[in-house]
Amino acid sequence: MKLSLAAVALAAAFAAPIAAFVLPVEAASMMAMKPAAKSWTAGDLVITGAFARATLPHAPVGGGYFAVTNNGTADDALTSASSPAAGTVQLHAMSMQNGVMKMQELPDGVPVPAGKTVTLTPDGLHLMFTDLKQPFVKGQAIPVTLTFAKAGSVTIELAVGDIAAKSPGSDAGAMSGMKM
Amino acid sequence: MNLRTFRVVLWALVVVVALAAGYLYIFMKPESGRFGGGDYALTTGTGQPFTAASFTGAPSMLFFGYTHCPDVCPTTLSEMAGWFEQLGAEGKPLRAFFVTVDPERDTAGVINDYVHAVSDRVTGVTGTRPEIDKVEAAWGVYAKQVPLKDGDYTMDHTATVYLIDSRGQFQGTIAYQEDSATAVAKLKNLIAKG
Repeated sequence: MKLSLAAVALAAAFAAPIAAFVLPVEAASMMAMKPAAKSWTAGDLVITGAFARATLPHAPVGGGYFAVTNNGTADDALTSASSPAAGTVQLHAMSMQNGVMKMQELPDGVPVPAGKTVTLTPDGLHLMFTDLKQPFVKGQAIPVTLTFAKAGSVTIELAVGDIAAKSPGSDAGAMSGMKM
Repeated sequence: MNLRTFRVVLWALVVVVALAAGYLYIFMKPESGRFGGGDYALTTGTGQPFTAASFTGAPSMLFFGYTHCPDVCPTTLSEMAGWFEQLGAEGKPLRAFFVTVDPERDTAGVINDYVHAVSDRVTGVTGTRPEIDKVEAAWGVYAKQVPLKDGDYTMDHTATVYLIDSRGQFQGTIAYQEDSATAVAKLKNLIAKG
């Protein structure tokens, strides 16, 4: 019986690392968006919580994030964006698939259904600024003009936070080690 | 030993062999020795040689990224800086390597400036395209250029932090945006292994 116990223990010893490997400790941090100081209106749309992240040296790209609420009864869509701060502003969807970060351009834009709020975040839909004229620096406000299919255009300002900011005016928590 | 005990032992052995085979299949790459091994020859941001042997001597974190990366790479670097901060003196032996998947744009000087803007504790690593391909294959990293309509490109890439002990053996991973307390616990565990 001692032998079988040893065998079971051995089996457990082999199984443990496999279990550790198969069961990922995914901790999707659900960050509550703080109420933003500024909001903008275009027709039935209200835009809040607009921010961007400070960029690192040699990174001529940056992300833009905000929430848009459609208070109307007709579906709308964000079709394009532009900014004097960047050569181009594209609409992107980022996703994690089995640990691989995948970026997808959205040529048809971002739907904003009637009665719904769509949030652009660092972990999902976002504005991607490429060919930055200058790095984004914490404390700056980056103007960006959003064009919607029905509501038309509106220019908002993204408040630039830390390099890993998760909401307007937030500290990422892990930033205390940041050299500035 | 009666027949019943013998049967139990036999079945336990079957399970052990099956699990051992599974373990070997997942963690070992017979063609290249240990996981992460290989003959890749890279350089750090300050021009020092970097090879598979660079992982021995002290525990390491390994991340693959690139500088034209809007979200994941700055976030991970910032998290690494935070982990070092939380580890304090305990984290002294720990090293961190940021290997570019975009060597065409990330020269040594570029990657060095980029990582050091966030933390002195992270070493940038680059190399020629064939050598970067080798290190990606060694660590099972997925990286692919995705063209953008303006002629530019972005990269889809593995965003996991690999944990490697001082013998160069792969010990585990930290997932993208894993809970900070869990990440620090894993690093303490890695450092304790020596």
